[in-house]
Amino acid sequence: MTAPHIEVSGLTIEAGGRAIVNDVSFAIPRGQVTALIGESGSGKTTTALALMGHTRPGARISGGMIRIGDTRIDQLGEAGLTALRGRRVSYIAQSAAAAFNPSRTIMAQVIEPLLVHGLAGRKEAEVKAIALFRALALPSPESIGARYPHQLSGGQLQRLMAAMALITDPELVILDEPTTALDVTTQVDVLKLFKAAIAKSGASAIYVSHDLAVVAQMADRIAVLRYGVLHEEGPARTVLETPRDHYTRTLIAAARPVERPVAPETAGASAPLLSVEGVTAGYGAVRDGVPAVPVLRDVSFVLAPGATLGVIGESGSGKSTLARVIAGLLPRAEGSVHFGGVGLPAGLKGRSREQFRRVQLVFQNADTALNPAHSVATILSRPLAFYHGLKGAAARARVEELLDLIHLPRDIAGRPVRGLSGGQKQRINLARALAAGPDLLLCDEVTSALDTVVGAAILELIDDLRRRLGIATVFISHDISTVRAFCDQVLVLYGGRVVEQGSREGFASGRHHPYTRLLMDSVPEMHPGWLEHTGEGRAPALPGAPVGEELCRFLPRCPVAIAGRCDRTPAPLHRERDRQWLCHHDAAALAMKETV
Amino acid sequence: MSAASAPRTMLSGLLPLLGKRVASALLTLLLVSAVIFTVSGLLPGDAAQETLGQSATPEQVAALRHEIGLDRPALARYADWLAGMVRGDPGTSMVANMPVREIIAQRLPNSLMLAGFTALISVPLALAIGIASAVNRGGKLDRALNIMTLSMVAVPEFLVATLGVLVFSVKLLWLPSIALVSDTSTWGELIRSSTLPVLTLTVVVTAQMARMTRAAVADQLDRPYVEMAQLKGVRFSRVVLAHVMPNALGPIVNAVALSLSYLMGGAIIVETIFSFPGLASLMVNAVTSRDMPLLQACAMIFCTAYLLLVLTADVVAIMANPRLRAQ
Repeated sequence: MTAPHIEVSGLTIEAGGRAIVNDVSFAIPRGQVTALIGESGSGKTTTALALMGHTRPGARISGGMIRIGDTRIDQLGEAGLTALRGRRVSYIAQSAAAAFNPSRTIMAQVIEPLLVHGLAGRKEAEVKAIALFRALALPSPESIGARYPHQLSGGQLQRLMAAMALITDPELVILDEPTTALDVTTQVDVLKLFKAAIAKSGASAIYVSHDLAVVAQMADRIAVLRYGVLHEEGPARTVLETPRDHYTRTLIAAARPVERPVAPETAGASAPLLSVEGVTAGYGAVRDGVPAVPVLRDVSFVLAPGATLGVIGESGSGKSTLARVIAGLLPRAEGSVHFGGVGLPAGLKGRSREQFRRVQLVFQNADTALNPAHSVATILSRPLAFYHGLKGAAARARVEELLDLIHLPRDIAGRPVRGLSGGQKQRINLARALAAGPDLLLCDEVTSALDTVVGAAILELIDDLRRRLGIATVFISHDISTVRAFCDQVLVLYGGRVVEQGSREGFASGRHHPYTRLLMDSVPEMHPGWLEHTGEGRAPALPGAPVGEELCRFLPRCPVAIAGRCDRTPAPLHRERDRQWLCHHDAAALAMKETV
Repeated sequence: MSAASAPRTMLSGLLPLLGKRVASALLTLLLVSAVIFTVSGLLPGDAAQETLGQSATPEQVAALRHEIGLDRPALARYADWLAGMVRGDPGTSMVANMPVREIIAQRLPNSLMLAGFTALISVPLALAIGIASAVNRGGKLDRALNIMTLSMVAVPEFLVATLGVLVFSVKLLWLPSIALVSDTSTWGELIRSSTLPVLTLTVVVTAQMARMTRAAVADQLDRPYVEMAQLKGVRFSRVVLAHVMPNALGPIVNAVALSLSYLMGGAIIVETIFSFPGLASLMVNAVTSRDMPLLQACAMIFCTAYLLLVLTADVVAIMANPRLRAQ
C-alpha cells in the first residue's frame, strides 16, 4: 500500500504554555474527505490550519510531523509556506461575509491566488473564475465578479469562496464550518455544490464541523476531537453507526433532539395569557398601518398560560422582530397584543413595571447581552431590586436559589461574567430573566451560539424550568427539529407572514405548507447518502415569479405553485381543527403533494 | 462589460452625494461668515479709533467712521461685505489703506508653501510610522515609535522651534533662525529659510496622523479577511497595501485632513517665532489694529481651507468604500 496523500502525526500546538492540540495523528488517502469534528475549543480549526503551516496569534506548532505529498509542512520556512498556501492547499472560511475584503471586487479576490502565484494572466484567470462560478450555480456568472461582497447573500459568498479556493486546482482543500452561518435550506444547496466541486477537482479535503449530520453527508472519514485530543478516527459510517468512544456517543445523542411531553392542558379553556392579533411591524415611517419596510405582516396567535410556542423561520423571516414587538422594543404599526387579558401598549412607554416584570426577553447572544465587567451577583440582583425590592441578605439568598435553579455552583456569584464559558453565560442570561419572576419568557435563538451538547443542556433546563414554574414560553429558532420536539404549538414564518401554525399533534399529521415541507426536508439526517436524495423534485414550479406584497411570499421558491392562481391572487387561509396554513392548496392537495 | 460599467456607475452614484456635501459646506461657510462678522463687531474699539489714536476728538472719530462707512447699520454692512467676498473682493484694509486682496496675495503663497511642504513630508512620514507600528504591534519597533509619537504630541511647538533654532542655527550654523521670505528670494533661499518652520510643523502634525494610522491599520489587521488573504499565499506586504489600506483609508484621510487643517491658522506660533510672513500672523496683526476687513478675510480663508480638506477627506473615504459609494 502506498503512503497516504496527507499524514499528520504527533501534532502538538501550544498557546500560552498550554497544549491546545495534543499529540494528534491522522492520515487522508488521496481524493478523500476527512472530517474534524468537535465542539468549540476542541482544536479542530487549529489542527486544520496547521496543515497550511498557519497558527493564530499566540499559538505555535511545538511538535509533530505534517506531510502533504512529498512536502513536510512543519519544516517549511515562511517563503515556502507562502508559495504553498492558496496553491497546493486552500482554505474556505466559516464566514465568507467576513473573509472577503469588503472594499475589493469579488473577481479581484477570486483570481488573486492565481495571480500571486504566477499561475495565469488576468484574462485567463477571469475565464477560469467564470467557469467555476457557473459550476457552482451562481447567478449571472459573467458579471457577478464585478460586484462587492456586501451586494451578495451569505450562500452566494460561501460558493464564491469555494471558487476562490478551487481556482488553483489545489491538492488539499480545508473547509472550516463552511455552512454553519447559512440557513438550512441554503445549506443543502451549498453542500451539494461543494461535494460535487471537490469530487470533480480530485482534491483531498478536510471538513471542519460541529454538525454530525452534515459531516455524515460530506466525509469519507471522521476524526473526533475534544480539548485538543483525538478521541476516535475511522471511516465515516463506522464512527457514526458503531462509535467506540464514549464522547462520540454523547455527540451523536445530543444531535438528536429528545421528544418532550406536551404540557398538560391547563384546567379547561382558561383565558389565554398572550394573544397577538393582526400584528404588522417593521421599520421606517408608518402609513395606513404599514411601515416603509414591513418585517411582520398580519401575525396572530394565542398562547395559554404555561404553554410553549415555537417560532421557526430563516434569517429575515421576522422571527426575532416578533419577540421585539411583544417585548415592546419595536412598537407595532398595526394590530393588538393582549397580555393577561389587558392590552399591552405598543412601545415601552406606558407599560407598567408589573407588565415589564411579567414579560422577559432572553437574548440570543449572552456575550453581548451581559455586561462583562459585572459579577454574576450584580447582574442577578438588579432585577431582584428593581421588581421585587429585594436587598441585602434576602437578595443574596434569592441569587443562590436562582443559581441552584440553573444548576450552577453558588460560589460563581462573585465572579465576573467575563471569565465564564458560553454555556454558563447563557444560563446566567436565563437566570436574569427568571429573577424577575416572569409569566412569559421570550427566548430568541438562545442555543444557536452554543455547541450541540451545551445547547441541548440549555434546552433541557428551559423545558424543566417552565414546567416547574409554569412559565409560558415563546421559543424562537431556525431549527425545526428542536422546535418540534420542544414546543406545544408551532408557528412557521416566511417573509414576515405566518405560513403555517398548529399544535404539535396537528403538525405531526404530515401535511404541510410547501415552505414547512422544504424546511423539514432540509434538516440533514445522520445517515450517509441523505444529501444525494434530498430535494429531488423540489425545483421551483414558477421560477422568476413576481414577488408581490399581497401574493404568497414563497411563490418564487415554491415547488408546487399553480400558474395563474398563486401568481395572481393572495393565498387563502385554510383552517382545520388544530392547525391552519396560508396556501392555495387545500389539505387534500397538500397530502397528495407529500406523497409525490 | 463589467469593467466599463463600474466607473460610470461609481461616478453617477457619487455626484449627488458630492453635490450634497458641497452644498452643506457652502451653508457652513455662510453661517461662519455671519459669526465672523458678528464677533468681529463685538471687539472693543474700531479702525477709526485705532487709526486716529488716543488723542483724537470724538468728532474726528465720528467723521472718519462716516467716511469709511462704519456708522451704517450692521446688516447693510454685512450684505455689502458678503457680496464683496462672493465677488472675490474682501474690501480695503482700513489700516494699510490698500485692498485686502493685495495684502493677502502677498501672504497666502507663503502660507500655502509652508503648509504644502509640511504636508509633503509629514503625510508619508506619518503613514510609514503608523503602518510600521501597526504591523509590528506589541514589538520593540512599535513601542519605540509609540514613545516617539507620544513625546511629539506632548512637547509644545514653541519648545520644538526653540530647540531647532538652538541646534541648527546657533550650534551648527546650518539654517537661518529667521525666515527671510520676499518676492526676490530664489527657490534655494526660500527652501533654506523655511526649513526650520517646516520641520517644526512636521513634528507637531505627524504624531497625530501616525497614531490614527496605526489605530486604523491595526483594527483592520484583526479582520478575518486578512488571515484569508495570507492563507491564499499573498505576501504580507501585499496584504497590507492591497487589502488593508483600502479599508483603513477612510479613517486615515479624516485624521490627515484634521491635522493638515491646523497648518493654515494654527501655524501662528511657528510664524511668530521665525518671523515667517504667513497668513496667521497677518490675522493677529489685523486683530490688534482692528482692521476688520482683513481679519474677516483671513478668517474666511482659514474656514474655507478647513472645509475643503474635510470635503476632500469625505470624498476619498466614500470612493474607498464600495458600500458608501453605492448609496
